[in-house]
Amino acid sequence: MFNKENIMENLPFQVLQEQTGCGCVTAGAASEKTVPDLNQPFVTGFVETKAGRLPRVSSELLMRDRWGSIKARWGVGRMDYMVDPGLYALGTPDDKSPVFVSANYKMSFDVLRSKLARRAAWILALDTRGINVWCAAGKGTFGTEELVARIESSGLKQIVSHRKLILPQLGAPGVAAHTVKKISGFNVLYGPVLAEDLPAYIDAGFKATAQMRIKNFPLKERIALIPIELVEALKVFLIAAAAFFILSGIIGPAGFRANAQSLGLFAVAALFCAFIGGSVLNPLLLPYLPGRAFSVKGFSTGIVMALVLLALRGIDLSAWPGRVEAAAWLLIIPAVSGYLAMNFTGASTYTSLSGVKREMRWALPLEIASGTIGIVMWIAAVFTY
Amino acid sequence: MKNPVYLKDVVTLELDETKCTGCGMCLTVCPHEVFKMNSKHVMIQNRDACMECGACSLNCPVNAVSVQSGVGCAAAVINGMLGRNGGECCCGLATDSPTAQKGGGCCC
Repeated sequence: MFNKENIMENLPFQVLQEQTGCGCVTAGAASEKTVPDLNQPFVTGFVETKAGRLPRVSSELLMRDRWGSIKARWGVGRMDYMVDPGLYALGTPDDKSPVFVSANYKMSFDVLRSKLARRAAWILALDTRGINVWCAAGKGTFGTEELVARIESSGLKQIVSHRKLILPQLGAPGVAAHTVKKISGFNVLYGPVLAEDLPAYIDAGFKATAQMRIKNFPLKERIALIPIELVEALKVFLIAAAAFFILSGIIGPAGFRANAQSLGLFAVAALFCAFIGGSVLNPLLLPYLPGRAFSVKGFSTGIVMALVLLALRGIDLSAWPGRVEAAAWLLIIPAVSGYLAMNFTGASTYTSLSGVKREMRWALPLEIASGTIGIVMWIAAVFTY
Repeated sequence: MKNPVYLKDVVTLELDETKCTGCGMCLTVCPHEVFKMNSKHVMIQNRDACMECGACSLNCPVNAVSVQSGVGCAAAVINGMLGRNGGECCCGLATDSPTAQKGGGCCC
């Protein structure tokens, strides 16, 4: 309809005032009328409203949007993957169209619009500093204060005749619906947990089924989290692997090369297993692993992997160095896997802070002790071979 | 399959049934079916499923629900202990650098 260049040329005024993206929740947000930047790659045009020209978006995701999501999943550009906060038009909404509230994390914004195909709506993106709805709600940036301020600064009251907002249910930890009502006059309706249930929710007259209100942790979601777990763990793995490799070459029984090729490469393989176990197998097999505490789940995968690895290598258990080295790996691999699994609590959808603290009270010292003793034993074994 | 449950008997969720008016807001916002509606007020049916997100207590108009809310994230607890990132969840890195004001980055 309109292409971007035309929009920019025809603009009678600068609309870049909000393009700071700095996330410093602007003190003036409540008083100033602010409009999201029209010059964002996913904006397909604009609509004229009483609050000014608002960017229009489509429910169709382009290759660029999908590629952006994939990159963010792998940790590329993830810290800066955001849309301008403010009000957007989806399709051609009017004053009776529903208003959906989302975060300004681009993936959240994209999921919402893509699930509203062939529907006209307003999307109010809160400034969550590029963080998804649930996490931002936990931190309070997707919160009552920001919502109330954004209602004012977006001019929403002039644009819609109704006083109804649909928030994702997982935004509720940050928003007090009754307070929003009291301050702004808007009724907060909590929609389903998943955006994909929105069409059914809307068609049922803004009613969610009990199933739509439950957050579970299906395989699909756990798989989606694996890349970022891998990327985070990879840095530590590379450093640890290099250290073990070099150390084995220096203190091992034969020349540097021979040592590194036998003991060193095995150490790299063992560490690799530990990191894969922690960041891939644990998320993948989470519901099937024994124990409730995530560390226990991680220890289990670690022990199994250590045993398999040692069996494959056929380590010489008749002499002490062999025994000590085997024992060292039986300590190190579960410690790493357990630690990584413990850190997966943050990505999981059902762990409580009290529970995590209780788990950490015993698990963290155990992981540190087990890892440290393991490393000392490994050094001793390699040294005495 | 059934939803997994984390540790038993640890959550801080409390419900004051005498204050509860039975509006059902907590049932709406809870992602783990912790509450159920009795005839006049709600009751806790599955305390161990609570993840202490705090949605119920924040959205209770009569303050009948209380919980020490927080994010169940070990990385955040560790960051807090080390005095990094103000104890925020995952996302490590950028938050303690000068770009911190720009954004905490996505969590999880």
